Amino acid sequence: MTISHSSIVEKAADATARATPASLARHVRGLSDRAIAWLFIAPAITLLLAINIFPLIWAVYLSFTNYRANRPNAPVQGVGFGNYERVLNDPDIWQAMQTTAHFVFWTILLQTVIGFALAYLIDRKFRGHAFWTTIILIPMMLSPAVVGNFWRFLYEPQIGLFAYAVSLVSGIPTSDVQMLGNVSLAPWAIIIVDTWMWTPYVMLICLAGLRSIPDYIYEAAEVDRASPWRQFWSITVPMALPFIMLAVLFRGIENFKMFDMVTLLTGGGPGSVTEVASITLKRAAFESWATGRASAFAIVLFVAVFGLANIYVKALNKVKQR
Amino acid sequence: MQKTSKALLGLAAAFVMSSALPNLAKADELTLCWAAWDPANALVELSKDFTAKTGTQMKFEFVPWTSYADRFLNELNSHGKLCDLIIGDSQWIGGSAENGHYVKLNDFFDKEGIKMDDFVPATVVGYSEWPKNTPNYWALPAMGDVVGWTYRKDWFEKPELQKEFKAKYGHDLAAPKTYDELKQIAEFFQKREIDGKTVYGASIYTERGSEGITMGVTNVLYDWGFQYDNPKKPYEMEGFVNSADAVKGLEFYKSLYDCCTPPGSSNVYMVESADAFKSGQVAMQMNFAFTWPGLYKDEKVGGDKIGFFPNPAEKAHFAQLGGQGISVVSYSDKRDAALQYIKWFAQPEVQAKWWELGGFSCLNSVVNAPDFTKSQPYAQAFLDSMAIVKDFWAEPSYASLLQAMQKRVHNYVVAGNGTAKEALDGLVKDWSDVFKDDGKI
Repeated sequence: MTISHSSIVEKAADATARATPASLARHVRGLSDRAIAWLFIAPAITLLLAINIFPLIWAVYLSFTNYRANRPNAPVQGVGFGNYERVLNDPDIWQAMQTTAHFVFWTILLQTVIGFALAYLIDRKFRGHAFWTTIILIPMMLSPAVVGNFWRFLYEPQIGLFAYAVSLVSGIPTSDVQMLGNVSLAPWAIIIVDTWMWTPYVMLICLAGLRSIPDYIYEAAEVDRASPWRQFWSITVPMALPFIMLAVLFRGIENFKMFDMVTLLTGGGPGSVTEVASITLKRAAFESWATGRASAFAIVLFVAVFGLANIYVKALNKVKQR
Repeated sequence: MQKTSKALLGLAAAFVMSSALPNLAKADELTLCWAAWDPANALVELSKDFTAKTGTQMKFEFVPWTSYADRFLNELNSHGKLCDLIIGDSQWIGGSAENGHYVKLNDFFDKEGIKMDDFVPATVVGYSEWPKNTPNYWALPAMGDVVGWTYRKDWFEKPELQKEFKAKYGHDLAAPKTYDELKQIAEFFQKREIDGKTVYGASIYTERGSEGITMGVTNVLYDWGFQYDNPKKPYEMEGFVNSADAVKGLEFYKSLYDCCTPPGSSNVYMVESADAFKSGQVAMQMNFAFTWPGLYKDEKVGGDKIGFFPNPAEKAHFAQLGGQGISVVSYSDKRDAALQYIKWFAQPEVQAKWWELGGFSCLNSVVNAPDFTKSQPYAQAFLDSMAIVKDFWAEPSYASLLQAMQKRVHNYVVAGNGTAKEALDGLVKDWSDVFKDDGKI
């Protein structure tokens, strides 16, 4: 005997009705569908307002004050746009923004190219492709703290495998392969780790895109004698493009906030060459306790990410509609 | 009526119980907050005597050094009641006093006959006083600590190395007294093969993220003549922070980093430095004294193989102060019991046992006892070091001041950007901005 889905729902509804106290039931009976809908949505909206919207509004308010969280008893005074002026004229903050942009650009470029290439290969469904997919996905399943420490040891000039491998290939002594202590190499050390960790994520999204392309399109192309190269550029890339762009959006937003990996690998050094915006913000907010100024900086960052993401989403929608 | 009476009785009982529970806890348990490190384990052992004597259980909240400041400054700033007692870092004194986080202890000390003259003067200034050099006490000196050095005594004693060193430099290979000697030794050992392994000169602090490189660089700067400000005019830094001598000191630190540290030493602090020494990589190691008992016990590099010496001298002779005082948190509901703990901890016999267990007492009667220097192999070096200490700014804005120094000196020493003069000029500018924000200049 099979039980239909609707009968299960009906039974559950009956049970709920029976369990509802009579006094409450009388009240509910008097409500419209819309009111009941609002009743169900209200807790979620309240939570959203409390956790997301209120802190945002509060941060906007604080950004116009001289408030310092470690001096709660000191009088709070309005400073107008003073904090914003200071943030936007601070060369250190511009330096951090530039460093962040550098990271975002290179990590996205590398992750997209490699991720798409891997997805393309995996999509060929060669023998053992499921096994290799699992192996490729491992880095993104690890905690950033584990990855950071793991790579710190790999980069270690005296005992690290990375230095050993570079030395083997190039002949440079291992003691000279100082990825984390060298001003020119340290940013690349972080880009390599981020790419290693998150390329599988881009690959997964691209794979979903590739698998969504119907086979009959390729069959029609075959009939028209289109070369594999032509099929790739005229079918595969355009149809997977919305997925690729989605992956770029997700990784872009994430990498704009990059914090843990940099902290673990270099602490922002050597000097300040790897000090990204999130580290500068954390130092202002929770080490210097310049809460008002840090709030202004956070709002500037928020507006920048939100604005860029909006422009990007519009472009993404246009691509999808093509 | 009967139902109402029962309900009222129940409510009253619940109210009495709920208000009585914290009172019970008041007498029974105290929470002490500190960093998670070897001395904290010694304190747990020591505090068993306090529990035996008073019946008050001690609960400990120890946090790793990497999150120690974040965790407990957040707790204090949010007026949390987690900690009844806190062993807070020396730089926190200014902010904690001005923001009302710590209980002022003057009246308590007077009432209980606890005299600050009984403690090593530098530790009173460093751990207890705010404003500095005024008799306003916010903590009892608890854990004396200072940056000093350990060296591989067994390597230094090798006859062939002694002979070679003397022929090259004209003096014996021994614990250095000056920075010039230290650099000679470091150069001598750099990339030398000892027992079939390549070793290096020295491990020094270079950490960027928290306070590491500042704690290392200041040791050298003090000895070259760096001063935080004009002794006659507070917060006047031009010509003191960036004096010609201070510039030379910073150049020396960079030269030591460039010539004589192991590869990959760009982010070294306490743990990494101790690891470099323990793994037999370096001949000498800069580190806080708290690491010494553990290193002495180490099977591979401890015992007869290790030696200790205070920070070398140059034009002047100073060492960077570490360590902490113990304070009563003003938001605690158990203030009286917490004060009793401090009273107990200040007793000479407790302080003597504290030193025995691996804590570093700051009490004169302990450190000036006739047999103190023989009590541990590192006791003399500790005593000599504590006599020459100097501390970083303890201003309420110390964190901003620290961040600026971390960035400026790391940029020059490790990243190799600009000159020492530019780094210190930049530091004067950054520090002036912080003090302007604070309305102090």
